[in-house]
Amino acid sequence: MATKKPDVPNIAELMEKVKSGKIFGEIAKEITESQIWTSTFRHGYADTPRNRVLQIASNVWLHLHPVKIHRHALRIKFTWCMGGITFLLFLSTVVTGVILMFYYRPVGEYAYFDMKYLQYDVPFGMLMRNMHRWAAHAMVITVWLHMFRVFLTGSYKPPREFNWVIGVFLVTFTLLLSFTGYLLPWDQLAMWAVTVGTNMARATPFLGHEGPFAEFVGVTPRYDARSVLLGGSLVGPPALLRFYVLHCIFIPLVAGALMIVHFWRIRKDGGISGPL
Amino acid sequence: MAAPAPAKKKVEGVADKVHVWPYLVRIEFLCAILTILALAVWSIMIDAPLEEAANPTKTPNPSKAPWYFLGLQDILVYFDPWFAGVVAPVLIIVGLMLIPYLDVNPKGNGYYTYTERKFAIWVYCFGFLVLWIALIIMGVFLRGPGWNLFMPWQYWDPHKVVALVNVDLPYAFGVREYTTAAWTGFAIVAAYFGLGTGAYFFMERKAIKSVGFLRMFIKIQLLLIMVGIVIKIVLRLGFNIKYIMVTPWINI
Ligand code: HEM
Repeated sequence: MATKKPDVPNIAELMEKVKSGKIFGEIAKEITESQIWTSTFRHGYADTPRNRVLQIASNVWLHLHPVKIHRHALRIKFTWCMGGITFLLFLSTVVTGVILMFYYRPVGEYAYFDMKYLQYDVPFGMLMRNMHRWAAHAMVITVWLHMFRVFLTGSYKPPREFNWVIGVFLVTFTLLLSFTGYLLPWDQLAMWAVTVGTNMARATPFLGHEGPFAEFVGVTPRYDARSVLLGGSLVGPPALLRFYVLHCIFIPLVAGALMIVHFWRIRKDGGISGPL
Repeated sequence: MAAPAPAKKKVEGVADKVHVWPYLVRIEFLCAILTILALAVWSIMIDAPLEEAANPTKTPNPSKAPWYFLGLQDILVYFDPWFAGVVAPVLIIVGLMLIPYLDVNPKGNGYYTYTERKFAIWVYCFGFLVLWIALIIMGVFLRGPGWNLFMPWQYWDPHKVVALVNVDLPYAFGVREYTTAAWTGFAIVAAYFGLGTGAYFFMERKAIKSVGFLRMFIKIQLLLIMVGIVIKIVLRLGFNIKYIMVTPWINI
């Protein structure tokens, strides 16, 4: 009985398969026809136009998109992808921010030490804090770049005028989100940056106690535009609580709602603008 | 021969649409991965700052607003807080919102072009890159104690004394009496806006009918304010002029 020779692959044949690229098809076939694969996935994905449409239309996240768009809207050179990246960074701050909220108390006595605790004792606390802060700063930059791109492509022109207006609200709320968050670490940097920023409210015409025409309204340091913002006449614990509520609840809700309108209007205005 | 041509064009127009899945989704996916990767690497490498605990009795010098507001904080050198801190931001926000309604040039809608809308691009780039970004960079890196200017190689000396030799514009013109000076300043500011508006309407008189009076009026006021900020900066840095108009209520 001659023993059967083992099946040695023919090198030349193999090289030919690699060169022609047929090998990938064969490997894919091996995998997708294996028992593990077929028992896990009930059916394959046929790349038909109908399926491409269904991928978008029957997915709750993806159906934010239209199912078809103009070819020019794909070009990174046109959009710089900046609107999308801004949105992604916003989502990153939401996720990391919620995690930070588990450890942080917006109380004068605790806030700073909660930051220390977060940084040194909470597993991945420092990383969460870093990601939250850097994503927030990056978002400020990307939203400016997005706005710059929209201006340069003239995309605010009819019919997209109103979406530009919503955009200006969005850039304002992005800055306010960042600014209110700046106070929360309750360190020297936070307190004095916010002091400098909110001192401006003192000078509001009519409504700030150092502003022009304040004497006709009768506002005082304890009762003017700034004290409404801070809940007192200086950046103290009431201001911390106020900024916390604005930062974690009010502004994200408003900005989120505006983003929904923003995306909806992009579609209603006929998709991404283009030279047509 | 000529008849089938338009039909073909129509078909091409339809064919120019592509499926979002996979063509857009894959780009978004790639962008998302790269962004998250960059954010993660950045966050692993560089820690967010945490200074000593807040202390209301210890004012740092310089006290700086968050970096994205340093352009406005820098304008404080040249304007009183009611303008730099309140009116200017409001004007920026309102002015930006008005852009689509003031810019009636139908060209350049949805594509990059410089030649078809030179003026609009210049105004936006000047406002954004110079008045906003450049001032922020200056505020972050060059403003030291006492909000004085320091070059990157200079020591931030908290005791640096800068002689305040600034005078008001009417004073520089030789007007010494308070009420006369106030009226002189007021006349200069009014003349600036009046003449600027007049000159603009004269130059663009043919466009008034099609563009509309109100639109042109608002546009030129916003432009004059923007240019006025630059003029004030130049007057201050070049000629040591503090205010142009001083009244008991507001100074400009
Ligand atoms: C939180 C801030 C914002 C988010 C998340 C956001 C998101 C987006 C996204 C995803 C797009 C699709 C195209 C692209 O990526 O470029 C878009 C388009 C657009 N955005 Fe924004 N955006 C924001 C702020 C702004 C601002 C500040 C403006 C202008 C003042 C603006 C005006 C527009 C306009 C006019 C379009 C349509 C562009 C076109 O048709 O070419 N958006 N935005």
